Amino acid sequence: MPSKPVIGVLALQGDFAAHGRALERAGAQPREVRTAADLTPLDGLIIPGGESTSMLKLIDLEHLFQPLREFGSQRPIFGTCAGAILMAKEVLHPEQASLGLMDLTVERNAYGRQIDSRIASIPVAGESEPVEAVFIRAPIIRRTGGEVRILATYQDDPVLVSEGLHMAATFHPELTPDARIHTHFVNTVRKRYTEGVPVEPRQEHQTE
Amino acid sequence: MNFMDEQFRLKVGLAEMLKGGVIMDVVNAEQAVIAEKAGACAVMALERVPADIRKEGGVARMSQIRIIREIMSSVTIPVMAKVRIGHFTEARILEALGVDYIDESEVLTPADEEHHVDKHEYKVPFVCGARNLGEALRRIAEGAAMIRTKGEAGSGNIVEAVRHIRTIVKEMKQLTVLGKEELVHEAKNLQAPLELVQYVANHGKLPTPNFSAGGIATPADAALVMQLGAEAVFVGSGIFKSSDPEARAKAIVKAATYYQDPVKLLEASEELGEAMPGLEISKLPEGELMQTRGW
Repeated sequence: MPSKPVIGVLALQGDFAAHGRALERAGAQPREVRTAADLTPLDGLIIPGGESTSMLKLIDLEHLFQPLREFGSQRPIFGTCAGAILMAKEVLHPEQASLGLMDLTVERNAYGRQIDSRIASIPVAGESEPVEAVFIRAPIIRRTGGEVRILATYQDDPVLVSEGLHMAATFHPELTPDARIHTHFVNTVRKRYTEGVPVEPRQEHQTE
Repeated sequence: MNFMDEQFRLKVGLAEMLKGGVIMDVVNAEQAVIAEKAGACAVMALERVPADIRKEGGVARMSQIRIIREIMSSVTIPVMAKVRIGHFTEARILEALGVDYIDESEVLTPADEEHHVDKHEYKVPFVCGARNLGEALRRIAEGAAMIRTKGEAGSGNIVEAVRHIRTIVKEMKQLTVLGKEELVHEAKNLQAPLELVQYVANHGKLPTPNFSAGGIATPADAALVMQLGAEAVFVGSGIFKSSDPEARAKAIVKAATYYQDPVKLLEASEELGEAMPGLEISKLPEGELMQTRGW
């Protein structure tokens, strides 16, 4: 791996450009991803915020479900907001399709509408200073499976979680100048590379 | 002006989430469901699409509340609704209703011919139309968290949207090469606050997302304005005034994502029926232009 890992941002719809800038701040090389072929050279992938229904439509139309699932079985993916919804095994309010890469149940628009959007300062595991969490029409993680690590909570709900190679946040670290959350993901990508062989997400977690 | 305070960041934040997407005009819940299924990233609730407002005339106002409510309860994507320019009580009503975005829109009949709504005073975010950088910055100064080029709504003709996005992009580029003292002069010419003029000079972009609207009727139209610098598109009459709303809505969604990929644009354009009928802008009497509303 070159000194800068190459991390894709799924650029079907949403704030993919903001994630690209955040990845640069965290020392990675961002690439916009719109086709299955775009996934090939990547060390990791971010699924950004946006409208999960719009992204699902395009994922379906462009036959990206299988390529994304296969990518996720080998390489790290970080989903934020709509991306977290796509990572979950189960989606509520309403039920909808997802990649099912993390053992989570996520409820969409769980805080309400835009007027219920908010910014909160939250402690994050392993960080001495709190992180500013921007919640926009955010989902809530209602259930986490046994292998899921909860890295941060807000009002008692998990808002930043990891499971093996993958991470999910219900807020938007890409909308702040703080690169710590993205750096955490970039380090996960580096770690997976230096350890060499692709590992099943759960197995890697158990060895931690 | 604290255009980067917490509330403003949340307002701009939602606009960020809509980038690369298509916001579709709908007049009822049934159309809203079609739009959502086609992949729209938001819907705009209004009483009549611009093409009908143009045809039928009369005063165009905020939609009936019952219809907006039905739309809000039938889809999970953000719901926007329009108020008349300067009609700050229509805006308060929509805020109380809980819509996700308010469009203070030239498509409706203006309520005030001098003043726009003071949008800083609201928790709900606003989008406003603009034809040039001065208009865009005045709207942002008033608190708009998203700008869309006006184009000429209901015309089915892309020429005005192209003119407006090109104008704004060119005027922004010009600011980036000017010296500090020249920016003071430009602020005067643009009739916009110096602080915002300086922001554009330093960043080469608006402090809010910049979308495009007014005349988009085909996937190629959507891709055209995206290539010129728009970050998302609004499609008004273009979908539900065409012969094939569902297929066209999907095709325009695809075009907004793959705007740089001619093969995908070809796929999106294939097998579409008749686009909405278009109007030659130069044949429209000046009094019928919507883009000249707003000050």
